[in-house]
Amino acid sequence: MSNHSTLIKDGRILDPQSGIDKVTNLAIMKGKIIGIGEAIPSNFKPKKTIDAKDLWVLPGIVDLSAYLREPGQENKTRIPFETYSAASAGITRICCMPEADSPIDSGATVKLIKSKAKQAGFARVSVIGALTQNLAGEQLSHMGSLKYVGCVGLSQGHESIKDLATLRKAMEYAATYELPLFLHPFEHSLMAQGGMHEGALSTRLGLPPIPVAAETAAIAQTLTLVEQTHTPVHFCRLSTADSVTMLTQAKQSGLPVTADVAVHQLFLTEMDVSEYNPLCHTIPPLRSERDRDALREAVSNGVIDAICSDHQPHEIDAKLAPFEETSPGISGFETLLPLALRLVEEKLISLSQAISYLTHQPAKLVNLKAGSLETGHSADFSLFDPNNLWQLDVSKLLSEGKNTPFSGWSFQGKTVETFIKGKSVFSL
Amino acid sequence: MQLNADGKLKHFLTIEGLPPLLLEEILNRADQFVSLPGKAQVQAPLLRGKTVMNLFFENSTRTRTTFELAAKRLSADLLNLDIRNSSATKGESLLDTIRNLEAMGCDMFVVRHSSSGAAHFIARYCAPHISVINAGDGKHAHPTQAMLDMLTIRQHKGDFPPLKVAIVGDIKHSRVARSLIHALTTLCCGEIRVISPKTLMPESIEQMGVNVYTDIEKGVVDVDVVIMLRLQHERMNSALLPSVREYYARYGLTEERLELAKPDAIVMHPGPVNRGVEIDSRVADGPQSVIMQQVTNGVAVRMAVMSMVLGSQAMVDGS
Repeated sequence: MSNHSTLIKDGRILDPQSGIDKVTNLAIMKGKIIGIGEAIPSNFKPKKTIDAKDLWVLPGIVDLSAYLREPGQENKTRIPFETYSAASAGITRICCMPEADSPIDSGATVKLIKSKAKQAGFARVSVIGALTQNLAGEQLSHMGSLKYVGCVGLSQGHESIKDLATLRKAMEYAATYELPLFLHPFEHSLMAQGGMHEGALSTRLGLPPIPVAAETAAIAQTLTLVEQTHTPVHFCRLSTADSVTMLTQAKQSGLPVTADVAVHQLFLTEMDVSEYNPLCHTIPPLRSERDRDALREAVSNGVIDAICSDHQPHEIDAKLAPFEETSPGISGFETLLPLALRLVEEKLISLSQAISYLTHQPAKLVNLKAGSLETGHSADFSLFDPNNLWQLDVSKLLSEGKNTPFSGWSFQGKTVETFIKGKSVFSL
Repeated sequence: MQLNADGKLKHFLTIEGLPPLLLEEILNRADQFVSLPGKAQVQAPLLRGKTVMNLFFENSTRTRTTFELAAKRLSADLLNLDIRNSSATKGESLLDTIRNLEAMGCDMFVVRHSSSGAAHFIARYCAPHISVINAGDGKHAHPTQAMLDMLTIRQHKGDFPPLKVAIVGDIKHSRVARSLIHALTTLCCGEIRVISPKTLMPESIEQMGVNVYTDIEKGVVDVDVVIMLRLQHERMNSALLPSVREYYARYGLTEERLELAKPDAIVMHPGPVNRGVEIDSRVADGPQSVIMQQVTNGVAVRMAVMSMVLGSQAMVDGS
């Protein structure tokens, strides 16, 4: 057999996509999975054997949303740092989002990002391109070219779109190229810079209020366009209970819509903002306990399609200012899997559900053959030690963005080694 | 965060969460600093050798001047920094500004800033020997204003529990309103009413322990104190109100409306007053108005707070 063959021996292989959960072996050859357990060809002679006793073998995580900051914001971080951070947390595929300061609206930019990621050799990067040129919300981006260079979807990021007519045209043009749309449901006239969830606490703290309607109004408008154009839309980062209700109804009536939630939204609420904690300044804002519970319920009953990190690394100064003036976002790669597994510990979802939300379900949303250990798939996976009890120490984060509100949280289980195309790219 | 280990006032950032006894201590101390008209000003060298920096990132005349007077009467060295015209406009971050001023040597920052939470932020990151007094942060708090209003009310009405107090105007954007509500609830005021059109009323304000009115003619009935808030001109351009004229017609404090309050009700305003917008000149200058007394009390309350926070420092230094 080939030189590039590895056997992962005696690990607990968890692959919800194929319904596998048992202690057995995984065989890899030439960067691909060639079998699990009895399905391993009898003539397979591995060059290398890795003992995975007492470890879990997990499919590589596909993270639907991250801001890698390049090109344009190299003061925040660089692609190699962030893709390494991702790999250290079992993430093997990142979907990079466009943003105002790094609008990914040309084929050249897509190629640049992909080549930097490839050169770094850690987590793979897929690119979600800009829906409009420069994300300005007016002129459609060169979607055909973006598709040609391998964009897996399009998004308007956190930016506004001129009007509903432009949105409708963008939806239709994107559908021409079968590019999935990842839309943040923001009604910008109801948003407020530096704001927080509208309620008693925003009143008390005197922070600009962002009402629930800032999200639901946008969802309602988009849903009517989906109904009319039959264009599939994925709603990014839901934050309110009412959005969940709307999504549930839309799905029941057969509309082609999907949605995700950022994992921090399942744990934090507006209360975490009190005392003006800039680390809890997020977009969309952290909402009420009722909203958080509704999002959890939506995860539990499968109305939500994926859980992502919404990784937004910042330089220290971005959070060193009065709340309103800080940049929103959480550095989230390294807490994605740990937090998702907490949902299992808290008995909200099963282990297999948690893994599905992070792997094959998001992969499907970006039409990638990933997030599974099925034969023929690229050998992107991680080894996870379920008995490693650790505490999050911000100074030990591998991401350049140290902006996490989860400092000091204890987690059960840690990624010990991550493989991409069968090659180890991180080990603890 | 505002209190040191001995429960003394280290910073004065917000009234929320402070014990009633501490508020009373501020009022009692301020009473001693009140200068009577025609008499010599009360001077006390309590802050001799201390340096106070007035950091005003936002416009102010009255607040800044009264802090300045208060510091001088306490014999402190005082520096006025009009930050709007200095480094901040050159791109220096707030934290860098603070670090630089610390390096020049100072003991107290008096801060006004347009962002809510700015005073908290400075208190969290400044050197441990420095005290921060919030002179207004965004829409959050203006605690010395609220305390000088409490002093004025107490001088006229005595104890707070039997009182009904109405706050009228732009509650939504007002840091004064929020601090007043915290001060009045802490001092167990009988009833607090807030009166404004719904566009100027913040979400869930009733959870702060107030009764909400949209009709001034119902809201001021039988109250002991009417506090009018300034209506900022920029509110007119943001679809919150149709016009100044309609606001005055519906919410302006006129003599007729004041007659609905108790006969001995007092009228207050944090200034600067917009005559003919939120209040009729005849009321602003009338016998029930205590607006000028509020200004006088402003100096006394600021002397009280400054001496208390630096007093807590002395204890820290001595121990």
